[in-house]
Amino acid sequence: MSTSLFLPPSGRPSALERAAADTSSFTEFVARVQPALLPVGGGSGPTADALAPRATTIVALTTAEGVVMAGDRRATMGSMIAQRDIQKVYPADEFSAIGIAGSAGLAVDLVKLFRVELEHYEKIEGAPLTLDGKANRLAAMIRGNLGLALQGFVVVPLFAGWDEQSARGRIFSYDATGGCYEETGFSSVGSGSVFARGALKKLYRPDFNTAKAVQAAVQALFDAADDDSATGGPDLARRIFPVVIAVTASGARQIPEAEVAKVTDKVVASRQRRPDGPEAKL
Amino acid sequence: MSAPMFYVSPEQQVKDRAEFARAGIARGRSVIVQRYRDGILFVAENHSQSLHKVSEIYDRIGFAAVGRYNEFDNLRIAGIRHADIRGYAYDRRDVTGRMLANAYAQVLGTIFSAVTEKPYEVELAVAEVGRTAEQDQIFRLTFDGSIADERDFCVMGGAAEQISASLAETFTVASLPQALATAVRALAADPEQETAVGVEALEAAVLDRTRHQSRKFTRLSRAQLAAALEPVQPAPARSPRRRANRPSAAPDAAPVQHG
Repeated sequence: MSTSLFLPPSGRPSALERAAADTSSFTEFVARVQPALLPVGGGSGPTADALAPRATTIVALTTAEGVVMAGDRRATMGSMIAQRDIQKVYPADEFSAIGIAGSAGLAVDLVKLFRVELEHYEKIEGAPLTLDGKANRLAAMIRGNLGLALQGFVVVPLFAGWDEQSARGRIFSYDATGGCYEETGFSSVGSGSVFARGALKKLYRPDFNTAKAVQAAVQALFDAADDDSATGGPDLARRIFPVVIAVTASGARQIPEAEVAKVTDKVVASRQRRPDGPEAKL
Repeated sequence: MSAPMFYVSPEQQVKDRAEFARAGIARGRSVIVQRYRDGILFVAENHSQSLHKVSEIYDRIGFAAVGRYNEFDNLRIAGIRHADIRGYAYDRRDVTGRMLANAYAQVLGTIFSAVTEKPYEVELAVAEVGRTAEQDQIFRLTFDGSIADERDFCVMGGAAEQISASLAETFTVASLPQALATAVRALAADPEQETAVGVEALEAAVLDRTRHQSRKFTRLSRAQLAAALEPVQPAPARSPRRRANRPSAAPDAAPVQHG
């Protein structure tokens, strides 16, 4: 493997030059030289989704400073909890974040590939992709998974980041066929997304700062966990809390666990008084 | 039908090829790769803002080159691909500077000894910043695939000898502004250089082990460079055509070929 990616033994630069000429995409390059490494690919045969754990709810909100994305920590296999502290929300690069719902193994690998993809492009071209470019690249990767999605291994991401050109946070949602849709305000994916979206409809304000958006995200995830058995609520005994990432003009950063814990404790305390969450004015 | 073949001894062949490669590299402007307190500093004389001689390869690995631009850019891209695929297949920590330097040595050595190929007119440095200063590594690779492990610094390009001698006198493991000032002063040891190299002709980057992100490579903008060099060196602007009278210089019409 080591030298095969470099020039062929003859030293003739043709292969390298051809390769260099045609792609800055890591995925395309791997597909050519070592396709077996890719998580995505065609598939045919009976559905086998009962074999794989599934990750559940992700929410994202735009704020006055950028965008906030949060995800619960539960992975399920049928009615069993497969993992209590899975991470579904990741920084994709220094100015964007990705959250993934669906078949957990594929999802985690897809995130890993997407992160290398963005970094690879940036290093080779000497400049990062635009936010739209990143969103489109992700759409192509999801579309490549369609064969497996038909067998039940569906992977649905939520992508958000800081758009340098328009100086604001933007959110993109996807479907299993690779359709990419820009969302305004807020969005949510996964099995608990219906409930999370309902909560965000009542809670969301476009002028939220990052701190307020984190509170709203935690509230929405609480509502999702309240009504969807596959979404994990805050685990106070084990101190497992949602993963929250904020992206602003100065970059993407994960909100420290202690801070999320504080917000979560407040939300849980308020729910003791009013289990359905904050009351919206009519 | 075909041209008559003459016997050329292997010694003569190697000598001719080395001479050819050296002549190409000697036209290149110099690059310094040196250690500083928080990692590794790359300083290159480069008039282009976009055709880089210094580049990021991986989380802790940087690359610098002199010579023919298209050749070292091919090697740079091959290195990025090699590192990215290795890190993706195994783990990010499994990508090391030594591994990359070995791969480059293989390629350069193969090309150099392939009779049907023209040797590459490039010289490379691969540097890796460690978790501690003791783990920092600088590898220097020449056109024939030779590889050297440098302790404190390495200088490549046309005036490498003079600059290296000058740097050897002043080098200490210093803070970033001090290290920059030392490097810029050493670049002026080029006998072709009438005055100090100005900020507008400098490309600089660091592998900074104190950086919080996993990617330790950062370019220093010209504003950052100017600020860092301000108290040490007023940097008078130089005329861009100062190289025209260099004896072995390529004609001005094709200046981009040799970075």
